[in-house]
Amino acid sequence: MKPSAKRIQSLRLIGGATALATSLSLVACGGGGGGGGGGGTSSGGGFDGEVKVGILHSRSGTMAISENTVAEAELMAIDEINKAGGVKIDGKKLKIVPIEEDGASDWPTFAEKSKKLIDQDKVAVVFGGWTSASRKAMLPVYESKDAFLYYPIQYEGQECSKNIFYTGATPNQQAEPAVSWLLKNKGKDFFLVGSDYVYPRTANTIMKEQLKAQGGKLVGEDYLPLGNTEVAPIIAKIKQALPKGGVIVNTLNGDSNVAFFKQMKAAGITPANGYAIMSFSIAEEEIAAIGPEYLEGTYAAWNFFQSLDTPASKKFTADFKAKYGEKRVTSDPAEAAYSMVYLWAKGAEKANSVDDNKVREALVGVSFDAPEGKVTVQPNHHIEKLVLIGEVQKDGMFKILENKGMVKPVAWNQFVPETKGYTCDWTQKRPDAGKFKM
Amino acid sequence: MNVLLDTLFNGLAIGSVLMLAALGLAVVFGLMGVINMAHGELMMLGAYTTFVVQNLLKNGPLEGLFPIYILISIPLAFLVSGLAGLLLEKTVIRRLYGRPLETLLATWGVSLILQQFVRSVSSAFFIGLVVAVALGLLVPRLLPAAWWRQRWSPLLGVGGWIGAMVVGIGLAAALGNQRDLHQPWFSARNIDVTAPEWLQGSIDVVGVTMPTARLFIIALTILALLAVHWFLQKSVWGIRIRAVTQNRPMSSCLGIPTEKVDALTFLVGSGLAGVAGVAVTLLGSVGPNLGGNYIVDCFMVVVLGGVGKLLGTVVAALGIGVLSYILGSGSLLLLWPQMPAALNETITFFATTSMAKVLVFILIVVFLQFRPAGLFPQKGRMVEA
Amino acid sequence: MTITSNSSITPATFLRRWWPWIAIIAAALILPFVLPPFRLNLLGRFLSLGIVALGIDLIWGYTGLLSLGQGIFFALGGYAIAMYLQLDSLEPGQLPEFFGLYGVKELPLFWQPFNSPWFTLIAIWVVPAVVAGLLGYLVFRNRIKGVYFSILTQAALLVFFNFFNGQQKLINGTNGLKTDTASFFGQMVGSDAMQRNLFWITLLLVIAAWYLCRWLTTGRFGDALIAVRDDEPRLRFTGYNPTAFKTLVFTVAGALAGVSGALYTVQSGIVSPQFMAVPFSIEMVIWVAVGGRGTLIGAVFGAVLINYAKSLISEQLPETWLFIQGGLFLLVVTALPDGVVGWWRQGGPGRILAMLGSSPATATYPGLDLDPEVQAERRAIESRAIAEETGAREIGGEP
Repeated sequence: MKPSAKRIQSLRLIGGATALATSLSLVACGGGGGGGGGGGTSSGGGFDGEVKVGILHSRSGTMAISENTVAEAELMAIDEINKAGGVKIDGKKLKIVPIEEDGASDWPTFAEKSKKLIDQDKVAVVFGGWTSASRKAMLPVYESKDAFLYYPIQYEGQECSKNIFYTGATPNQQAEPAVSWLLKNKGKDFFLVGSDYVYPRTANTIMKEQLKAQGGKLVGEDYLPLGNTEVAPIIAKIKQALPKGGVIVNTLNGDSNVAFFKQMKAAGITPANGYAIMSFSIAEEEIAAIGPEYLEGTYAAWNFFQSLDTPASKKFTADFKAKYGEKRVTSDPAEAAYSMVYLWAKGAEKANSVDDNKVREALVGVSFDAPEGKVTVQPNHHIEKLVLIGEVQKDGMFKILENKGMVKPVAWNQFVPETKGYTCDWTQKRPDAGKFKM
Repeated sequence: MNVLLDTLFNGLAIGSVLMLAALGLAVVFGLMGVINMAHGELMMLGAYTTFVVQNLLKNGPLEGLFPIYILISIPLAFLVSGLAGLLLEKTVIRRLYGRPLETLLATWGVSLILQQFVRSVSSAFFIGLVVAVALGLLVPRLLPAAWWRQRWSPLLGVGGWIGAMVVGIGLAAALGNQRDLHQPWFSARNIDVTAPEWLQGSIDVVGVTMPTARLFIIALTILALLAVHWFLQKSVWGIRIRAVTQNRPMSSCLGIPTEKVDALTFLVGSGLAGVAGVAVTLLGSVGPNLGGNYIVDCFMVVVLGGVGKLLGTVVAALGIGVLSYILGSGSLLLLWPQMPAALNETITFFATTSMAKVLVFILIVVFLQFRPAGLFPQKGRMVEA
Repeated sequence: MTITSNSSITPATFLRRWWPWIAIIAAALILPFVLPPFRLNLLGRFLSLGIVALGIDLIWGYTGLLSLGQGIFFALGGYAIAMYLQLDSLEPGQLPEFFGLYGVKELPLFWQPFNSPWFTLIAIWVVPAVVAGLLGYLVFRNRIKGVYFSILTQAALLVFFNFFNGQQKLINGTNGLKTDTASFFGQMVGSDAMQRNLFWITLLLVIAAWYLCRWLTTGRFGDALIAVRDDEPRLRFTGYNPTAFKTLVFTVAGALAGVSGALYTVQSGIVSPQFMAVPFSIEMVIWVAVGGRGTLIGAVFGAVLINYAKSLISEQLPETWLFIQGGLFLLVVTALPDGVVGWWRQGGPGRILAMLGSSPATATYPGLDLDPEVQAERRAIESRAIAEETGAREIGGEP
């Protein structure tokens, strides 16, 4: 039909164009990756050695949106420590060399890359993870290889691993005070909505027990598959359950939040109409992506806000902006990730070794003047956190409504009957130190 | 009564989004038999166009037009996605007509490239890409003609592209050192498209709250449907498109430029994806993964509706919309409170968003057992693909 | 033929005939002690993906059915073994830990049989096979084929994905099930020694699966499959029942996917609904396409090659992987329709060498065969043949 030579020519053309697009990307991204990590390795000489650490977050896929910031905060902390002379062990100055891996928003990949970092790169420690599902996927790897993971995100608790060190909030440092606050100030009728995965499911189980114990009433709950954006059925359920206003606790993650808030506003479920909406996964970063006008007047509970008015907080935000751009914002996960690296470095210096088992022993009791305040590592491998409740303002920042001060972490939840009375203490020499009756 | 109206409205709202998203796919699939897996990504391009228009109008001399930026975005998104579709047709799909499975795989590849493209594109990247493509196209003209008659000339063609590529990469790398050129345009983050004020509220009609954004999408869908119907039935090119669909060799003999018809069909289908992209910015998040959220649903609409009939697409989209709303919101329980306990339990089990989706898909597969060609199959001798 | 070769066995002919086996055995013996545990584990996992690729080659390469839903069967196999491992390492009366999170007090009924290792060993391939057979029968019975089949398998995939993803109380939802810390014959599954054993088991099963597929594709059955691919109506008019062939081959592919999923799960330490994500199942197709569809060895080769490349590239430059993958899709459908192995077998390297002028492989006299004009003419004839073939289908293909 067509001149045949032309056909062959065009086939080649496609092949060429394909290869072209491909390799062009190499450049763009090679530059991108280097831009993030380069700073960490380029501070002046004078080191006596190196210590490798792994950084394992999703740099591609759905979760990249959130996890990039966390990885950047970790790299910033590493850079700062290196500039200050690195980690001092045995009088030697060791330079921290970060090895970055991409979890690709895929839980099995997190497990695979963890194995790679531990076996292949022989890193001293891995900083990583965001979703609870990724942590749960990695946990068996670290336990079977007796390595150590540092995890910086608020999570659902009900876990206390010897091989994980948690610097995010447990429910009693975020969800529970928030629910108490809502019960006291906003109403007794609760509707729970979340993404369909482990954190919302477990957090909601805890909240339901808490509501039972403290006189609240659950009027409904629903879960949206991750990434789903059709929220009309959920909104209908909310309107049915709470026709005159009430409390909505939102543990949606990622993209679904945008759809949720856009359509909630359209349906008239807004703070102005008597609905108090509390979110546990929306920080400054997410507000910018959703648009502050949809979120204005809703609440969030975190351990750090960019608007926190302390010198340490201001310095952290200023440094972060100087390094990554004036438009960027800091948030709770970034702060926890940043502090986490410092805590590890201090633990290593205290142990006088980078061996993970020695650092683990030494770490309990280590303190760091984090942007949120002075945090101390507790025997259950969690840290004390500052509990804050804030309201979203027009500019996308939070107004702090309540500051509950430093709260100690509780790994095994005391509202849930199955774990009531259990505790975790890794300083005790007993086989069930991870979970035993108090 | 109120519940019934509410259900109908919400079903219509969900259905209209599906319909708008699937319309372009139905045109391309129904008329050309081409499976376009990159349809979702063409929607994404439309959504990104909306984002750009919004930011251009937000501040600057044209600030007065900001409240209607969404209306301005519609034709622009049609154009951007349409042209991207045209490029796709000219470079890839044209070579794969008659091989639907290969087309499916190739367009999936394109969708991956488009996703990563919006994540990575920066000024340096873009300049490098343009230079490399230009150079690659010029290579045959720059080299001596005698070389092209050698027996290694096929290798020369590939080599020419590789050379062009290396130059492009080098250029992009050199430019990438400058910070403002290296800054990605959109990055992997979701972008914020804020609906104009008049699309953020809702109005109450006989006790049913109707969000204006939903009404806007319903209106847009009806308009798009009418436009497509008019285009295919009344316009000269529409008649040519239908002629080619029915009998390609005969149309060609009668002087219809079939290649142009193919390109045009694809342009229209892709452009409609762009329009759908504008619409979904009102509802959900806008990011590189936007397309993946819609593509399978769109295919279900097309398959259920039957190929080649717009009416099928309409009925299928509305059916799926109403069904998923009724199941997902559990409003069946409200409509029929005295149902038997066993049924009640089953319905409650499926009354979550994810389980409703499971049930709807199962129902579609079951339905296709009885009507394998969809709701409104084409009569007459079927072309076996 | 065998008699003559037997009578004159010399070391050279022995080597020529058996070198692939010698290479495989040598690799199997040496690699576990040369490669670091992490790389060995990767190789084992990618080899196990080769089995699902073999199944896809069977249904797509030979029978022309493009399934985008092999992830269903892959994940079912993975879940079967993971459920057994979860139960196996418990004390009597205990429940797997995750049930506690959702307040489940009693083991769901469908978990019960997985207490038995023998049931599990059978379930790994029978459960996916039954599901595949049922799905295949329903679809093929109605003569749904081509892209409709692809779309329906994708829809089925999404049904399973949403179901597994949403059922926290039955199967732990998004989190999936872990196997690394479970014990298996008294050893921890995640330990290096166990992983080495699993590597050997995988290698054996890949070879067994390859033999099975070869047996299926060489005889009359294989001819029938190819007939389904090339002209189904004619096969039907000849008195055969294509539905039976298609259902059977889809069932076999499902069983292979189940075995593959089980092996992959124990070597990666987790099975989750992500195995049923839409992109992963399409990725499986590209392994076969790159390796060479219609060539069994190509499927295994493609699976290992692409996954190794993915692993390496995403370690170095994570953002480029999608460009490369997308490029591969375009490349194989336009320029390399028979994949790397197909290209190799059709004398691709020889052609390139011939173009470069060194040691040209010629069919007739070099002076005639290598004449540029003759070559151009030959290319023209070839591409006209392709154009006519596609053109003929384009025109309508009324039978």
